[in-house]
Amino acid sequence: MATLRDIKRRIKAVRNTSQITKAMKMVAAAKLRKAQGRMLELRPYSDKIYEVLGNLSQTANSGGHPLLMRRPRRAVELLVLTSDRGLCGAFNANVLKAAARFERELRQEGVQVSLSAVGRKARDYYKRRDIPLRFSLAGISGKADFSHAKQIAASITSGYSGAMFDEVYLVYNEFRSILTQQVKMVKLLPFEHEQTEVEEAPKNPVSYIFEPSAEGLYLTLVPKAIEIRIFRALLESQTSEEASRMTAMENASKNAGEMIQRLTLVANKVRQATITRELMDIVGGVEAIKE
Amino acid sequence: MAEKLYLDIVTPHGKLFSGEVDEVAASGADGDFGVLAGHAPMMAILRIGAFTVKTGEKTDYYFVGSGYAEVLNDKMIVLADSAERAEDIDVERAMEKKKRLELLLAKKENVDFTRAQASLERAIARIRIAKEYAGK
Repeated sequence: MATLRDIKRRIKAVRNTSQITKAMKMVAAAKLRKAQGRMLELRPYSDKIYEVLGNLSQTANSGGHPLLMRRPRRAVELLVLTSDRGLCGAFNANVLKAAARFERELRQEGVQVSLSAVGRKARDYYKRRDIPLRFSLAGISGKADFSHAKQIAASITSGYSGAMFDEVYLVYNEFRSILTQQVKMVKLLPFEHEQTEVEEAPKNPVSYIFEPSAEGLYLTLVPKAIEIRIFRALLESQTSEEASRMTAMENASKNAGEMIQRLTLVANKVRQATITRELMDIVGGVEAIKE
Repeated sequence: MAEKLYLDIVTPHGKLFSGEVDEVAASGADGDFGVLAGHAPMMAILRIGAFTVKTGEKTDYYFVGSGYAEVLNDKMIVLADSAERAEDIDVERAMEKKKRLELLLAKKENVDFTRAQASLERAIARIRIAKEYAGK
């Protein structure tokens, strides 16, 4: 049986751990608020850019824009977004699992798959498995900004225009609420604007005046929309990460509390047993002297 | 002119303006243009420059970095990479930036020329708009 000292030492260790998890939870909560704010700020812009692009595509021919071209699916690129740091529950595992499953399905269809990773966790995951990455970016957790989205978009679009792959999917954690984050897989290229906008717009095409030209608009608007979509995914992922970490740390703190309670109980029992044993020794000794 | 124009100015950092206005003047890639209620549907690329909004007697000035504008059914959407109210422009910062970029461009080495140029243009436009606004 463990001695009292051992148990006390363990209680102390658990208490220290719980202090760390509590602190991490607070930090995650603060970061979550910040990340969520940025995500919400971007939302109107990204909604509007799709609205504009949707209107544009209804009226003007894309003129064979390279990013809108559809090709038969022979090679697919997966862009996987994870965090840089762990201790955030199943956040990274979920994304990587979903990506692996999708990759397997594609390979079974005889489609070639290439991978790009954002976040240290994804990069290391593939490195450990000796899976080559086409592109990787790490160390941006918590400070992703638009220039990162641009950098990622540049790599993706150049690969797509160069026919290295025919479709691009984005795998990331979507932020639903603080308690739920869901792995989402979206098709990034060939570019399709979401059809969710149920504009009351009657389908008769409006004749727009274009300045300078419809082609000119396509040429700049489509890449921008792609950058925005990547940026949005980055922010969603970041917000989910902090939310996930917060929940994980909350659970860890709770578990630590339970453990301390249980250990304290054991410690008290051991203490009582020791006292009883000592008393019995003394009583036994006294009896022996009497005789 | 009873009709009003509904204007939205959005940037990646949030909504800057949303509401009914009388008249808008913007700097398009092909030249400046004005928009009133009842304007024909239009899509335009905006270059770096001033953006003025008239509502009744009041005129508001904005700085708009490059972006897009769409006009449809008396609704105008402005998608700007960056945008600021004239009164919010940090002139000192813009001045500093201008100086720094001019030096950088003069050296002509190791510079992402187009980016620096665009940055400089933005700084100059900011200063101009802030001054114009102050003069009113």
